[in-house]
Amino acid sequence: MNALTLPARSPDEKLQSIIKIAILAVGGQGGGVLTGWIESLARAQGYAAQATSVAGVAQRTGATIYYIEMAPMGDSMPVFSLAPTSGDVDIMIAAELMEAGRAILRGFVTPDRTTLIASTHRALAVSEKMVPGDGIANPDEVFEAARLASDQLIMFDLDRMAAENGSVISSSLFGALAGSGALPFPRAAFEDAIRASGKGVEASLRAFDAAFARAQSGSDAPETAAPPSSRPAAPRGPKAQLQAWQRLEEEAQRLSTMAVLGLQKTVAFQDVDYGREYLDRLRQFHDLCPEDAALQEAAAKYIANAMCYDDIIRVADLKTRRARFERITQEMKSGQSPLHLTEFFHPRGEEIISLLPAGLGRWIEARPRLAAWIDRRLNRGRRVRTHRLSGFVLLYALGGLRRLRRKSLRHAQEQAHLDAWQAACLDLAQRDARAATELLACRRLVKGYSDTHARGLSKFARVMTAAKLVDGRADAADWIARLREAALRDEEGSELEGAIKTIQSFAS
Amino acid sequence: MAERSFKKEVEHLRAGAGETFTGEGILALTKALLENGVGYVGGYQGAPISHLMDVLADAQELLGELDVRFEANASEAAAAAMLAASVHYPIRGAVTFKGSVGVNVASDALANLSSSGVTGGALVIVGEDYGEGSSIMQERSHAFAMKSQFWLLDPRPNLPSIVKSVGDGFELSEASNTPVMLMVRIRGCHVTGSFECSDNQRPALTVRDALSNPQKDWNRVVLPPMSFAHEQDKINNRWPNAVKHIRDKGLNEFFGPKEGELGIICQGGMYNGVIRALQRLGLADLHGNTEIPLYCLNVTYPLVDDEVLSFVAGKKAVLMVEEGQPEFIEQSLSTLLLRADLKVKLHGKDVFPMAGEYTGQVMFDSISEFLRLNAPGLLPDKMRAPNQPPPEIPDLSKTVPIRPPGFCTGCPERPIFAGLKLAQEELGTHQISADIGCHLFAALPPFEIGGATMGYGLGPASNAAFDGGGKRRAISIIGDGGFWHNGLSSSIGNMVFNKSDSVAVIVDNYYSAATGGQDILSSRADNPTKSTQNPIPKALRGVGVEWVRHIDHTYDVGRMRDVFREALTTDYDGPKVIVASSECMLNRQRREKPLRNKAIKDGQRVEIPRFGVDEDICTGDHACIRLSGCPSLSVKHLDDPLRDDPVAAIDHTCVGCGNCGEVADAAVLCPSFYRADVVHNPTGFERWWRGVSLSVISWLQSRREARRLTFMELSS
Repeated sequence: MNALTLPARSPDEKLQSIIKIAILAVGGQGGGVLTGWIESLARAQGYAAQATSVAGVAQRTGATIYYIEMAPMGDSMPVFSLAPTSGDVDIMIAAELMEAGRAILRGFVTPDRTTLIASTHRALAVSEKMVPGDGIANPDEVFEAARLASDQLIMFDLDRMAAENGSVISSSLFGALAGSGALPFPRAAFEDAIRASGKGVEASLRAFDAAFARAQSGSDAPETAAPPSSRPAAPRGPKAQLQAWQRLEEEAQRLSTMAVLGLQKTVAFQDVDYGREYLDRLRQFHDLCPEDAALQEAAAKYIANAMCYDDIIRVADLKTRRARFERITQEMKSGQSPLHLTEFFHPRGEEIISLLPAGLGRWIEARPRLAAWIDRRLNRGRRVRTHRLSGFVLLYALGGLRRLRRKSLRHAQEQAHLDAWQAACLDLAQRDARAATELLACRRLVKGYSDTHARGLSKFARVMTAAKLVDGRADAADWIARLREAALRDEEGSELEGAIKTIQSFAS
Repeated sequence: MAERSFKKEVEHLRAGAGETFTGEGILALTKALLENGVGYVGGYQGAPISHLMDVLADAQELLGELDVRFEANASEAAAAAMLAASVHYPIRGAVTFKGSVGVNVASDALANLSSSGVTGGALVIVGEDYGEGSSIMQERSHAFAMKSQFWLLDPRPNLPSIVKSVGDGFELSEASNTPVMLMVRIRGCHVTGSFECSDNQRPALTVRDALSNPQKDWNRVVLPPMSFAHEQDKINNRWPNAVKHIRDKGLNEFFGPKEGELGIICQGGMYNGVIRALQRLGLADLHGNTEIPLYCLNVTYPLVDDEVLSFVAGKKAVLMVEEGQPEFIEQSLSTLLLRADLKVKLHGKDVFPMAGEYTGQVMFDSISEFLRLNAPGLLPDKMRAPNQPPPEIPDLSKTVPIRPPGFCTGCPERPIFAGLKLAQEELGTHQISADIGCHLFAALPPFEIGGATMGYGLGPASNAAFDGGGKRRAISIIGDGGFWHNGLSSSIGNMVFNKSDSVAVIVDNYYSAATGGQDILSSRADNPTKSTQNPIPKALRGVGVEWVRHIDHTYDVGRMRDVFREALTTDYDGPKVIVASSECMLNRQRREKPLRNKAIKDGQRVEIPRFGVDEDICTGDHACIRLSGCPSLSVKHLDDPLRDDPVAAIDHTCVGCGNCGEVADAAVLCPSFYRADVVHNPTGFERWWRGVSLSVISWLQSRREARRLTFMELSS
């Protein structure tokens, strides 16, 4: 091929005057409103501007993209592009954290030119929410990438800021854009654009103002959630119990902070004696491996969770507490307006039989036809209205059964299950403390109510059995952890089955 | 009532000569129709031209003043068939629908229309939904223009060009007695800009006047031997006339220097992308003045052979920029160049990817490649030897989750699929086919219901192979939009006639919801210009369905599950049809929220429901989410070191639809959900009684607190 030899050209300098803005949002976030503001702002400031979007079904909570180009208006209209190109975006606005991640992934954020304005709040994708364990994507990776990829970074919870000012995120994003100084327009021009749109102007301007100030403050450190407060809360109650509590708390403190939290949980669940039983169980681990902090921590955490099982009594107790009523009033912002509360219960015969004294409960359980008859009578959805006296008193009375809980069939079952598991963990700890720590953490699999609970118990049992197969191996701890993670990935436990098959293939 | 109201914008459509219109592409198209004396308009909604239908619906008063007839057609086929009015009458008509699905549905009518030929200008405005954000299979409408021989316009995506192409289209149609398709890509539909207006024109002959003076000519009927004559007419007369008109009127555009060794030919819609790439390469300035000769095809079918040849003549290499596949234009060019015996290197799909959207990056890379192969000296130094490696940015591809569209907050379709999922948990997995519409989102997690979709209104029809029944009955899903579009005959009629032993579910949300909430026959709203409130069950019985179950409140998940169970297990072996009706929540909120806010302001008693989760009771299993996927039902980490997994949480966007409570009940999940109804403007008695109840409740709470240890809540 005889190539032509022509001199290279460098881009028209006036092209530098085009400002390219991309907005990535989740459907329903008002990206269209923001685009409209930016466009009218540019036109009012003597710029030629062009905006476009890809809407369609993306409006239904999918990711959507808007794109704006502007340049000072000359004699004729510049030729603008209708879509952003990687490496060629001046201002990237992301209305959600993972959308910022998506923008970076698509190359719309580059260190030579891009101002990235992103909200740190999350609108979780279905894939993150539906896993039985923890499926939430790691935000730190996005923070890190944002810092590296952008020229200027403005990143904070713009959604909360908007909500606190009674507005929506488009207003705070617009404020952050103004505050970033990335557009050559005065603040008043931005505010005029909001005023011209004529809807919810006051609230929009408040959110705009707050975001403007924050963006101007120049801190580009992304706001992260405060670390979990592990400081135990102060107890209240009758004097005798408080004194007993103090002794136990001192003892727990010698074990670990987690032990204090566990103690608090078990005492709140039942009573001070129950807390003492908790510490007795912990001490066995402490006596066995006094130096192993990880094991102590795991024991403190998971034994407390195991002891505080979810029965009707606990649910009724929690639902009738004062703090709950206060929290709901606050959350619903109902203020002085009356609040009607409807609770959704669906107790099955099993749950009710398990509340009976252990002997009677077992007697019924041994008679499947009777148990089925009871189930037919009782198993149905019940709506309890706890703002009404009748509904409240019903739950209050159920919560009061706490005093009789130790005699119940459920308690006997839970204690037996706990004893067996604890014994297995203690036994394993003598040989392999790290594996025992992982085995303790497998308690995480037991959760939920009714069918979900049964499924969790079955997964737990399968992991416990499979754990025996790797007993004695150097990598036993890793395998147990792998089994647990697999069990938390899907509902049916098919990943867990796969992991067990792998173990069986080399252990048999 | 459509999702977006254009009532305000529609006023701009009255603008006359001397005024400047600023707005979106869709509105500019409408204005252009009025300026060109259109006599009737119609179409079927679908992205990206839904808004065009909404604009027309909102502009009915203005259309009436100008004696323009607006028809919201039942389907794209009906819309294309309406253009029959331009066969015998010199009336300009325009219809709009989505490409390429709309063209598929309308192809019968389009083929007949093209064969008959037209007297008045006939324009089909196709919103081409190709590329990012598209909700349909990726195909080109271009093929339909070629097979039926109607002409295809693809204007540059800016408002003056789009507006001009409407007038060009009508004139071309009239000059060649052929319907013309005007294609606007999705970004072009939504692009904003300005153009200089002309006065609106009343049609020279209105459809009303035409009725008083009926016309016919059996030579135009598609029957032998006339149909053979039509084919000859297309080739011998209409095509040459079209080519002459395109050349004489200069519909295609040339940019840049007359001479040059390289050249680029592009579809009009690709123009801005090409210019941007050239701008970045230093070969075009801000205003698009290019140094590489550019031949811009605003008419992509038919090609004007001598225009092409004179552009190519004397060049060493030419690049064809044609989005999508197959590369019809490039293939035609090859034939043309071979026949003319021109020695020129033709590039196209060798440097461009065969499939996929021509994004900015693709355009830049491919044009650079074209230059690298033919004129490497033209490339900026930076590109020839990049001296700075880009910074290492962590790979986020594993971190960032995909975000496909899903059911809106409070969507009435969610509980239908929760019910179906529960029924399947009892009875086993069934063969399920789906249709087009919002309900297709059920195919995605968390429901994963339905594995195939064959087209609009074809859900039940695509289960026809299973109509004979078996151990487990086949289930099909169809929306109310699909039902009225095509489903009543093609799907339901088919089931009745073939004595189908299967189950069909009609998801009735009162609107054509996925396309933006347009009214349809069974909508419950009063629409002053359309006949609504024609119930679906009545239509079903009318075509002979005997087993019909109508559920008028889909949020009752237990009842939904039970009716599925009944349909799947009943002895009745004919077609079983379930109509599940509840209003689209997007539309309902839009309708009710302003009324509710006004009622509160006026001091009326109003209860507003919202759901919540007791986080101490939630165990973080997320079973509720696997039966919901609601945007307002999410998960969050607690500030509690004892808890590992995030718990369910409901945010302030909850509309209190009830699905969470119903699912918790029907699926026997956990008791952590509660509904809180805030009572605005309560009655005096209510206030008093609330005080009494609260003081008793508070006393009971204090009583218990005095007997036990309580701790301040850990998580807040």
